[in-house]
Amino acid sequence: MEYSAPPFFKTGPTPLARLLIFSALSLAFLVADARFNYLEPLRQIAAVIVYPLQRIAAAPAAIVRNVGDFFTTHGSLREENARLKRENFENGALLLQLKALQAENDQLRELLAARERLKIDLAAAEVLYAARDPFSRKIVIDRGSQQDVRPGQPVMDDRGLVGQVTRAYPWLSEVTLVTDKGQFVPVQNVRNGLRAVLSGTGSDGTLELRFIPVNADYQNGDELVTSGIDGVYPPGLPVARVTQIERAADQIFARITCTPLGGVANHAHLLVVTGSRELPPRPVDEKKQVRAKKPRKS
Amino acid sequence: MADTRIEHQEILLPVRAGFIALTLVTALMLNLLPWSGVALWFKPDFVALVVLYWCIEQPRKFGFISAWMMGLVMDVADGTLFGQHALAYSILAYAGIVLHRRVRMFSGTAQVVHVFVLLLMNDLIVLTIRLVAGAEFAGLQYFIGTCVAAALWLPLGALLKLLLRPKLDPDQF
Repeated sequence: MEYSAPPFFKTGPTPLARLLIFSALSLAFLVADARFNYLEPLRQIAAVIVYPLQRIAAAPAAIVRNVGDFFTTHGSLREENARLKRENFENGALLLQLKALQAENDQLRELLAARERLKIDLAAAEVLYAARDPFSRKIVIDRGSQQDVRPGQPVMDDRGLVGQVTRAYPWLSEVTLVTDKGQFVPVQNVRNGLRAVLSGTGSDGTLELRFIPVNADYQNGDELVTSGIDGVYPPGLPVARVTQIERAADQIFARITCTPLGGVANHAHLLVVTGSRELPPRPVDEKKQVRAKKPRKS
Repeated sequence: MADTRIEHQEILLPVRAGFIALTLVTALMLNLLPWSGVALWFKPDFVALVVLYWCIEQPRKFGFISAWMMGLVMDVADGTLFGQHALAYSILAYAGIVLHRRVRMFSGTAQVVHVFVLLLMNDLIVLTIRLVAGAEFAGLQYFIGTCVAAALWLPLGALLKLLLRPKLDPDQF
């Protein structure tokens, strides 16, 4: 007859062994995700599982907002209505002008045989929550790949560019704000057309123009809009305003600090720019061409 | 000291797996609340706290697998690198399981000191991975959340013990 240890003595591998197994697994995941992006499918599956919890967790804030709406007074509603009517009236006049200008622009472009300008398609989205992480400037919106949101699409509000979709789940997507460290936007100065690359600093409300020569023509209050030469952001979206310029004599580059125009830190509703542009084919990299030719020769 | 020993002798209902799962889901929901602005600095990692609590109180019913899975869920919800919370929670679970007998011997405040060190280690691991991945150190405010989490240790213990206290049978009297 065989005897085995009673079940209460069976505890499996020791804690240290388990720690090593799970740490190794986690490290493997970290490397696979950071270096090779192998784990996107797994992340998508996990995101679908967590989705109901995320929606429920976002509910209290929505309830607080709705309760606040419920108790607005008749007077404030009337006031708001009057203000909106006035704004609508003013915007209507501007829009008429814009239509005329657009028609004229189209005609002129046709005469010049220039490419048509991009027509922007917008989809409204609601912000579910800001990433609960002091290190990254990210927000999560309630539209995902099921509603044609794709990674790389720009996100804006009524005042300017807010960020870019960096990850799209089926019903949610992650938006990296322009203030995130490592987020770059190609911009153009409205006043004189100077092009530059605007980069986030990782702190709320500040952006930076790097590698601008000391004698470059920048002034406080200059408005920067997207230049559109990257093929990601449509041209002409307002991005930031220059707020501070430091020109030190011993430095090659000026320090130019800007503040974003879009409500980067406070928002409830955003617009995702969904229209895609047809870009001319990229010029082939010369080095790659050489590399591609070499094997043929040998 | 004396009354804590009595507290340990208190007879509680056996902890069911469903109850543990419920506390974890609640902690996850608290983590997922739309924290923003200044509140973000004070936000404790509720999931780490609950994981540590069950590792110390019920090391036979709660272990590495659950801790690790919770870590993966946190990584997805936060959109961070896959595995950083998983790694931190595995190490936290190890520390909790190894130290559970010692921590349970101590009185309330001494427990808080132990727990603070363990939670600090957890946050330091997450911080290290972030820094290695190229983030910039956000300042010492990052550790306010750790202090808040440690301060929540005793209220959490009291709450869970309250929920597990057997209901008195009214027919007995």
